[in-house]
Amino acid sequence: MTVWNVDKNAEAKTMVITAEFKTSITNVWQLWADPRLLERWWGPPGFPSTFEHHDLTPGGTITYFMSGPDGGERFDGTWNVIEVDAPTRLVVEDAIVEDDGTPSDGNSMTRMEIDIEAAGDTTRMILTTHFDSLEGMEQAIAMGVAEGMKACMSQINALLAEVAA
Amino acid sequence: MVVDTLEREKQTDRLFFALSDATRRDIVTKTLDRERSVSELGRMYPISLTAVQKHVEVLVNAGLVSKHRSGREQLVRGEVNQLRRAHELLDELETVWRARLERFEGVLNETTGKESE
Repeated sequence: MTVWNVDKNAEAKTMVITAEFKTSITNVWQLWADPRLLERWWGPPGFPSTFEHHDLTPGGTITYFMSGPDGGERFDGTWNVIEVDAPTRLVVEDAIVEDDGTPSDGNSMTRMEIDIEAAGDTTRMILTTHFDSLEGMEQAIAMGVAEGMKACMSQINALLAEVAA
Repeated sequence: MVVDTLEREKQTDRLFFALSDATRRDIVTKTLDRERSVSELGRMYPISLTAVQKHVEVLVNAGLVSKHRSGREQLVRGEVNQLRRAHELLDELETVWRARLERFEGVLNETTGKESE
């Protein structure tokens, strides 16, 4: 089991996932730093991601898109690179944009911090995701789920349970 | 009473119908973050303002959002508990990340396996 701990705070809209891998810090870092490796795990199965632009320097941007099996559905993502301290720390932010590409009002921002550290003879990766809005959370889920219908059903069930309560 | 049961069934039907559409679910989430005017919502989707207004009416009937007037604007507010919604979304996000980390480890094993040869 790679996931070591999950800490969720609904009030702060923050999730911290800690995972451990039996490999070196550099190897873990490479999966973020090398776009060809990053795109092999970022998108869900059947929704391959392509990282078009990958500038891993503070102030740089990382852009990617994911497309469905039929090529019909397409999601675009942009990360603004905030902090880079290879091979142990990376901070990116992801702004919600409207359909025309302009940033959504309210500057809703999702922030992802990746910290990689040694833990005995394993390497620990601590992933902290903070959301400004529920909309940002919805978007992050949509980007991570291939079976859109499955996610949709669980959302319906959750909302139903709540309204019925 | 029979009437109550019927009324409850009707309400459940309205809920299911309201939540069966992705745009309507999205409107619920967006109006939980903060109140939004109908015209503001209209600009967020590639559908007509009339279509957005119809979606909002369906959601009002199902009790998922409320609508009230402020000056010349019709404001829409999500009526689902925000904290619970955040909690549910975090649960879904955890599922997304667990699957992603499994793939992460798969790629890691492949790349490090190559190095050791």
